[in-house]
Amino acid sequence: MTGSRNAMDKTLRFTLDGRPIEARLGETVLEAATRAGVMIPHYCWHQALGNPGNCRMCIVEVEGAPKPQVSCRLPAREGLVVRSASPAARRAQCSALEFHLVDHPLDCPVCDQSGECGLQDYYMDIGRYKSAMREDKAHAGKRLALGPHIMLDQERCIMCTRCTRFVGQVSKSHELGIFGRGHRQAVDLVPGRALDNPYSGNLADICPVGALTDRDFRFQVRVWYLDSTESICPGCSRGCNIFVHTSTRRPWQNQGRRLARLKPRFSPEVNGHWICDEGRYGFLDFDSKRLGKVMRLKPVSEELPWDRAAQEVAAALRRKPVEGLAVAASGALSNEDWLAFKELFVDTLQARRFLFAPEPDQAGTEDQLLRRREKTPNLEGGKALGFGTKIESMGWDALARDIEAGKVWGLYVIDRDPAQAWGDRSRELLERLDLLIYQGPRQCLAGELAHYRLPATAWLEEEGHFTNFQGKVQGYRSALQPLGAAKPDWAIFADLERRFKP
Amino acid sequence: MMQSVWPENNWPLSRINWKSKGMVKLLTSHFDEPKLHELETYRRLGGYEGLKKALAMGREPLMAEMDKSNLRGLGGAGFGAAMKWRTVTPEAKDPGPRFVVVNCDESEPGCFKDRVLVTRSPHQLIEGLLIAAYAIDARRTFIFIRGEYEVQHRILRQALDEARAAGLIGKSLFDSGFSCDIDLMRGAGAYISGLDTALLETMEGKKAWPRQPPPFPTASGLMGRPTLVHNVETLSMVPHIVLQGGEWFARLGTAKSGGTVLFSVSGHVERPGVYEFPMGAPLKDIIAAAGGVKAGKKLKAVIPGGVSTPVLTAEELDTPMDFEGPRAKGSFLGAGGVIVLDESADMVMVAHNIERFLAHESCGQCTPCRQGSFWHERILERGLNGGGTAEDIATLERAGENITGKVICALGDTVGVVTRALMKKFPQDFNDRFPQRHG
Repeated sequence: MTGSRNAMDKTLRFTLDGRPIEARLGETVLEAATRAGVMIPHYCWHQALGNPGNCRMCIVEVEGAPKPQVSCRLPAREGLVVRSASPAARRAQCSALEFHLVDHPLDCPVCDQSGECGLQDYYMDIGRYKSAMREDKAHAGKRLALGPHIMLDQERCIMCTRCTRFVGQVSKSHELGIFGRGHRQAVDLVPGRALDNPYSGNLADICPVGALTDRDFRFQVRVWYLDSTESICPGCSRGCNIFVHTSTRRPWQNQGRRLARLKPRFSPEVNGHWICDEGRYGFLDFDSKRLGKVMRLKPVSEELPWDRAAQEVAAALRRKPVEGLAVAASGALSNEDWLAFKELFVDTLQARRFLFAPEPDQAGTEDQLLRRREKTPNLEGGKALGFGTKIESMGWDALARDIEAGKVWGLYVIDRDPAQAWGDRSRELLERLDLLIYQGPRQCLAGELAHYRLPATAWLEEEGHFTNFQGKVQGYRSALQPLGAAKPDWAIFADLERRFKP
Repeated sequence: MMQSVWPENNWPLSRINWKSKGMVKLLTSHFDEPKLHELETYRRLGGYEGLKKALAMGREPLMAEMDKSNLRGLGGAGFGAAMKWRTVTPEAKDPGPRFVVVNCDESEPGCFKDRVLVTRSPHQLIEGLLIAAYAIDARRTFIFIRGEYEVQHRILRQALDEARAAGLIGKSLFDSGFSCDIDLMRGAGAYISGLDTALLETMEGKKAWPRQPPPFPTASGLMGRPTLVHNVETLSMVPHIVLQGGEWFARLGTAKSGGTVLFSVSGHVERPGVYEFPMGAPLKDIIAAAGGVKAGKKLKAVIPGGVSTPVLTAEELDTPMDFEGPRAKGSFLGAGGVIVLDESADMVMVAHNIERFLAHESCGQCTPCRQGSFWHERILERGLNGGGTAEDIATLERAGENITGKVICALGDTVGVVTRALMKKFPQDFNDRFPQRHG
């Protein structure tokens, strides 16, 4: 496996298309070229999945060699002279592409991969030949649902074996195999299995053509209408680097949803090339149950401007002794949010009762590859400010007992749903409170029963930083406009804090 | 008395022609003996003396004899056998087991000499195998036999049982301290398994997809260990080299190819069969040994080494059949599968037949071969069905060029070579099937 090869200090130099390239000892020509920004066409080679050398696309001319060589299996040597763009090399690459397309259905107009397809890209880059294929195309299985997330089209498959290598080497779940021989062979499920490993979505990413597509994304948006933003997955404390693909310019597509899909973004220290299905598909209902209005709900229901709402909330928070005020937040806050949170509730208000620990415990949903047991992205960021070290978190059960005992009169809930912990008792408990403030992007029971409901932006609508379980601080960018009057959590906290200053 | 593994009518022997005038007999020297496949007969005729001698002479003198012999790999590649033995990574450099694997997955259309060798003289192979194992210090060896060779499998199994019972396989052979065991494995019917690295993959229980050297099997073969993979015929030669000496063996053949070679002659000849000739015998002698062209017809073409080798014309019958001779004519000795085609043969049909076979047997690993072979088959089929045009010839030419030299293994190379050779040497046949069409 080339991806796991240790980077060695020793470098060597070879010439690629007349330009000097530096390679590490043990690297192949293709790896070194890719690192240096020279793109040699390839399908089967993947940095994390090895170089079987079966697509024959990365074929190059090597000075002194009798035959053209595949650069993915050609070790870089000192003084090697390689030509990847010479007429002969291009001819060889073009002919490999032609063979890939001999039985390819060329159904780009109805294929989801269109626009990000290796076959299309290379045809435009190095192909542009006139097809000599006069025979009927061979047919194979279409629309084969392999599992909850992945659809297979065997006709489009080019047999690069990236998918079978992924289930063998990365997810180690071995659901896929190559069956049959020669032109009749096909990728398929191992009998009796379904492609339901927690990382199956990555197969749609690594498939260079339209053979494996994402069932969730199928026929939703054309990829060239998508906008891409660098972000961090908030699904657990790993903080996988991702691209957020949004569709805002054509609201009639993607069933009106602004978020189209999440894709992994390479990060060698955090997530490598992959993300898990929980993260990938966990946020696609991003725009459901969203809050956009600043509301006072009790005693009289009324939509308020921010300034008035902040004034009223600040007054309400001061109405009774602060010992009876509880604040429930979560690790979903960004570092910026945590700081404003601390300045408001700890430094200014000097509140004593905090609840930020994750509950219920998500034991059993972690694994060795990426998934972490802690399902919020940024408890670590809170810890840096003392939450979890100097300031302890109470549990939902303790909070319920305190409310029943009359020790807690007010609860400020930030993007958490008490109903998840309290179940049937939640309504009764929440109605006992003199003051319930809900701040968050989505409606929930606390939002329904609150006295004040403050709409906050969700992760994709703000900028910020998460600190992951390794202590790595990673920034995410705003991919979408906030809905309605929603403001970032830190801005709400800062606004409130201002009201307590003389 | 051991029960005979032969079918009642003795058909594996009776159906094979092998005797002809002017033959040099080495591998086939005792084929007259009806019970040569039994240990008793084989030993009575001097069998296992080569093994005894090799074990007594020691490794380095044995290798020296091999060096002198000019024995070439007779499975088709023609790599120097002694050279191969010497490239097996020595124990000192890579401690751990090393293996010898006998490639008896003879699947090349036109080749059936291994079948005859195993049927008639299985102990000759076992003896050669044990000598090779001794030379590279392999304690475990394997014979991988084609699944379709049902009778041969039974014969080999009985031969192995007999040898084992007689102490010729097992612990300390001839009290030399060298121990070796032989396992028998059966293939599952894939042509590609006849290629050494694909064969090793098959033996490891994987899909028969050829590996891409380097590393070569002699450095990393079966289970990643140094492995010597040899054809049946190559190893069967070894006892003779040990007994008669490398120089004697080399003198039988030509300057670079020592000894004799078995030709499987088939097609339009009077007596198809397996004929042994010294290396370098002219092609026409081999055809004559098989009784010449059938029914007195005119010879049109000869495929010299099994269907993977480019065709030779009737004008090229003087070609000396060693590893160098056919190469000068753009073809190969291959595995000695001489297919004779008379004037009635349609070369488009021949090309279609071969490409259909290759498309069926392509392992599917790399794209040019997987798609190219099937594409060839379909174009040629259209030609046979009356739909060919002159552009198809250009397409075949171009596609063939784009496959050869750009694929993982030799099967892929073949796809591009075979049809192009036929088109080059018999253009008229192709022009008839793929005419210029106007309008």
